Amino acid sequence: MTALLRTEGIRKAYGGVHALDTCTVEVEEGTVAGLIGPNGSGKTTLFNVITGYAKADAGHVYLAGQQITNVSPDRVFALGIGRTFQLTRIFASLTVLENMLVASPNGRAAARRRAMEQLDFLGIAGHHAELAGTLSYGQRKLLELAYVLVADPAVILLDEPAGGVNLSLVNHIADRIRELNAAGKTFLIVEHNMEFVMGLCDRVTVLDSGTVVASGPPDIIRTDRRVLNAYLGEDLDPAEDE
Amino acid sequence: MTETGAGDQARSVLKITDLVAGYGGGDVLRGVSLDVAEGGITCVVGPNGAGKSTLMASISGLLRPRLGSIELDGRNLAGMSPRQVLRLGVVQVQQNHSLFRDMTVRENVELGGYILGDRALTARRVRAVYEVFPDIAGWAGKKAGSLSGGQQRLVEFGRALMLEPRLLLLDEPSMGLAPKILRTVFAAIRQMNAAGTTILLVEQNARAGLRLSSHGVVMESGRVRLSGTGREVLENPEIGALYLGGAVGAG
Repeated sequence: MTALLRTEGIRKAYGGVHALDTCTVEVEEGTVAGLIGPNGSGKTTLFNVITGYAKADAGHVYLAGQQITNVSPDRVFALGIGRTFQLTRIFASLTVLENMLVASPNGRAAARRRAMEQLDFLGIAGHHAELAGTLSYGQRKLLELAYVLVADPAVILLDEPAGGVNLSLVNHIADRIRELNAAGKTFLIVEHNMEFVMGLCDRVTVLDSGTVVASGPPDIIRTDRRVLNAYLGEDLDPAEDE
Repeated sequence: MTETGAGDQARSVLKITDLVAGYGGGDVLRGVSLDVAEGGITCVVGPNGAGKSTLMASISGLLRPRLGSIELDGRNLAGMSPRQVLRLGVVQVQQNHSLFRDMTVRENVELGGYILGDRALTARRVRAVYEVFPDIAGWAGKKAGSLSGGQQRLVEFGRALMLEPRLLLLDEPSMGLAPKILRTVFAAIRQMNAAGTTILLVEQNARAGLRLSSHGVVMESGRVRLSGTGREVLENPEIGALYLGGAVGAG
């Protein structure tokens, strides 16, 4: 078993509604894994459970075989799982570089150098002195990723990295992910842009109503009837037809 | 765009031609053309980011389109304010719940007719709403906030009927509702249509939405990619490629 990150039988309910129901997902070391599914299928909830932002009602989360279920977010981060958010969380009135240094425990010069390296790698070093609030939506996503990279996590969870981002920047983000992956980083990516997911991921897991309905390589997932059914929604009244 | 379909004989209430619209960053709608047939239910479906909500916002006047026209009975709505569009009889029920929770159900319904400015007419219209949805009459004195999500949706529908809309826009009415309640909401849409209301429906549950509708449209990346009768669209194998990626016809 080579799963670097694994959730096993996760359950999570909000006020009686099951957001996740016996949700088991595996991410193998060194791969880019995709997590897709229609709106409300539980993708972000699973991210929240993995990263400690939501408590699982049942089930377990393992990182490299070690149980990390319901560990606090800062602890999860320290253990090597970095995460970006669907709606970017940056400090708009700090500069780009200041954002990078907010949680920096190291000596100033070293931290600064490391931060600039990441900004440079993601192509936004030229904006380091600008207020983060002036960045475009896509650039904010890059800043958030840069911030995560500084901690050098083993696994990076990206929540809709391509959502609302223009095409050239989408391609840029995909290229950077490929490069990081080639250098050994493992990814789990939630994304609605199918070209992005299918073109980038080694394996795609599909959630519907909080449960895994399919998991496999993109080409298989793309033609899987169960996946299409999940996206097109439940047939309410098949009998009532004509 | 693939024309699969018949059913274009009916008169169009709304005729959208080459609509281009977006939010500063770029165009979300990239040349959308579609007709809404009088007396029918036209359902627009498509994956996230297809432009469905942008289409709704353009029609209701919340977003000013950059190019193209939106004709209601031959009159161009593009660039009008939401208030003007409302006065012409285009009423939208928005995605999120929008009742005044601390007011009664009856007061909420009455508010739907606030631009009527006529007490007697308002009272008549409330009675007409109760005829379409007798359940709402039963909840009249309750606080709107005490109703379930599905019940609130019904009251929102009733409130929209107060203006006897020429065109009713429903933006993802199934959002956040359990499957069992969905059935009630879809039945209510059917009832409003049976009572003579022309409906343009944007729906996330494509299967249920298309099955309910006389006409279906699939949008993807800001364009209309499939259209026809609801059934034709639902049974078109290309719908899979539109939702799951891959060039149409290649998957």
